[in-house]
Amino acid sequence: MTTLTIAKALNEGLRKTMEEDSKVVIMGEDVGKLGGVFRVTDGLAKDFGDDRVMDTPLAESGIIGTAIGLALRGYRPVCEIQFDGFVYPAYDQIVSQLAKMHARSKGTVKMPITIRIPFGGGIGAVEHHSESPEAYFAHTAGLKVVACASPVDAYFMIQQAINSDDPVIFFEPKRRYWEKADVDVTATPESLWKARVVRPGTDATLVAYGPMVKTCLDAASAAEEDGRSLEVVDLRSLSPLDYETVFASVRKTKRLVVVHEAPSFVGLGTEIAARVQEELYYEMEAPVLRVTGFDTPYPPSRIEEEYLPDLDRVLHVVDRSLGF
Amino acid sequence: MSLTDLAVETTPVATSSAAGPELVQLLTPEGERVSHPDYDINLTDEEYRGFYRDLVLVRRIDIEATALQRQGELGIWAALLGQEAAQVGSGRALRAKDFAFPTYREHGVAWCRGVDPLKLLGLFRGASNGGWDPQEKRFQLYTIVIGSQTLHATGYAMGIQKDGAVGDLETGEATIAYFGDGASSQGDVNEAFVFASVYNAPIVFFCQNNQWGISTPTANQTRIPLYQRARGFGFPGVRVDGNDVLATYAVTRKALDDARTGQGPTLVEAFTYRMGAHTTSDDPTRYRLATDLEAWKLKDPLERMKAFLYKQQIVNADFFSELDHDADELAARIRKGCLEMEDPSPLSMFEHVYDEMTPLVREQQEAFSTYLAGFADGHTTGGHA
Repeated sequence: MTTLTIAKALNEGLRKTMEEDSKVVIMGEDVGKLGGVFRVTDGLAKDFGDDRVMDTPLAESGIIGTAIGLALRGYRPVCEIQFDGFVYPAYDQIVSQLAKMHARSKGTVKMPITIRIPFGGGIGAVEHHSESPEAYFAHTAGLKVVACASPVDAYFMIQQAINSDDPVIFFEPKRRYWEKADVDVTATPESLWKARVVRPGTDATLVAYGPMVKTCLDAASAAEEDGRSLEVVDLRSLSPLDYETVFASVRKTKRLVVVHEAPSFVGLGTEIAARVQEELYYEMEAPVLRVTGFDTPYPPSRIEEEYLPDLDRVLHVVDRSLGF
Repeated sequence: MSLTDLAVETTPVATSSAAGPELVQLLTPEGERVSHPDYDINLTDEEYRGFYRDLVLVRRIDIEATALQRQGELGIWAALLGQEAAQVGSGRALRAKDFAFPTYREHGVAWCRGVDPLKLLGLFRGASNGGWDPQEKRFQLYTIVIGSQTLHATGYAMGIQKDGAVGDLETGEATIAYFGDGASSQGDVNEAFVFASVYNAPIVFFCQNNQWGISTPTANQTRIPLYQRARGFGFPGVRVDGNDVLATYAVTRKALDDARTGQGPTLVEAFTYRMGAHTTSDDPTRYRLATDLEAWKLKDPLERMKAFLYKQQIVNADFFSELDHDADELAARIRKGCLEMEDPSPLSMFEHVYDEMTPLVREQQEAFSTYLAGFADGHTTGGHA
């Protein structure tokens, strides 16, 4: 057992894939010498050289576009986008090229590219450093989208994402980068595409991913003191979405609350709500409710805690659900 | 570079097609061989005839496809009429291992790479989004988003470097990225120049300046001649007469060899003209004059090569009648293949979305399959009647 932060777990996972497959190359702004602005790639350039850990020019579309070319040449690129709000210059390369290349070529061309993106708010930053753009990617056929929420998942999921032959958008909860936990690096991980019940319960299900998993766990602990038993499901994979695990949980609790930082309108909560209600309409005791960011641009950081779903907002909506 | 230099270079040379030291030419519009201090080629009679043959067959494919579109067999076609020499010259300069990244108009390069023209027609007919294996032909699928492929090409070239396949003239590999004058304004093209230059990637950026981006003249894309852009990024740029197959061959070959031996990128601007429309959906009479076309007809890439062959007395009547016959056969094969081309099955759209299919896509495929099977008349061909 080793105690690792999420950032260090990612670092270790990256190191392992670099050791096991010489075709894995890391590329992004400041990932080499600096080791990344969050130090996630710390030490890798020194050990693997700047041919395999590349400090790219400051050009997100260029990073993803050249990664596509490297993949065509047989490499397995791991791109870093420095912050969520800076992925947009690369959006065309991601959705028009990366997502569609496999289908366009009727399966002859594979795009085993992983795009790592620190996402979410709560770090006191200026604009564009606290976004939750996952829905833009989950909505795009051809992309797979995952979000880790813990050190153990960070360690294994990054390896699985890199080893997948599909393009994976890999979201990392930046406000949780320094949270620690014990990780058994010798364990056999479960599938990358499965959700996990991270806390069992009976009265209602909370579904979350990334930074909101901890918020939901904290809410569940608080609710327990009030005699309420909340089950918390960490989605882990946003696309494909593990409906079976979510359905099984909601069959048991009869109530679902989805929690995400991203705005409400057309966020992932809308898909989950539509699907769960379609499947479990007659079995549910309450409609699916959501706790989300507001449909506004992310606010100045002095009031970001008003925007972000927190323990109180989650419990407020849980109360509403239980009140049906 | 002083301000005086800038003043000289910003005169409207962008649209000048006069041959001079700034425009590499080895064959005049009248079919005369001329020399250039930096570029020379030594070809056999067979090779000269081969170039002409390629030009004729490529034009014939293009004309046939245009006709098929007019007859409703293709949804759209992007004609390369007028650009045959730029594409055949550069296409024939590629070695087998070199990798080409086209736009959506490089049917002449596809020909040189051995891609069956019917595969190209399949895309424009709507039967596929790109029906060939890029690795097999070292010719990437067509990219419709303007300029995107220049980044892919640059990344591929960076991969060649990582493989250590740069440096030796015999074994070194190179990449070529095709794009137009319009594309040179796109961010991705400029980012490709940045990446290629700082990594010294083995890539030739081949710009076919055909003077138009749909209805937009090149003067709306750039203030200076496009080949001079390269200087700003720190690599060489050269302008070649894009209607001169010998010059484009010579210039591209040199640029590719510079790339494969580790000297980094070159920007080749092939100065040519889009004699046809942007696509069959376009109407150039709305924005350009017939007189422009007449002037460029005098620079036709095929006519000058034909004149050269005659002047050199390296052809006879048999050559032309056999070539005509081959062109007719090729056109007939394309026509037949197009008319007989099968639509993809409706359920095929669910295949290859991912390397590892997801439960959601599988579920939708199964549900749609059941839905289609439920039609009493056994209607399983999807939406089109």
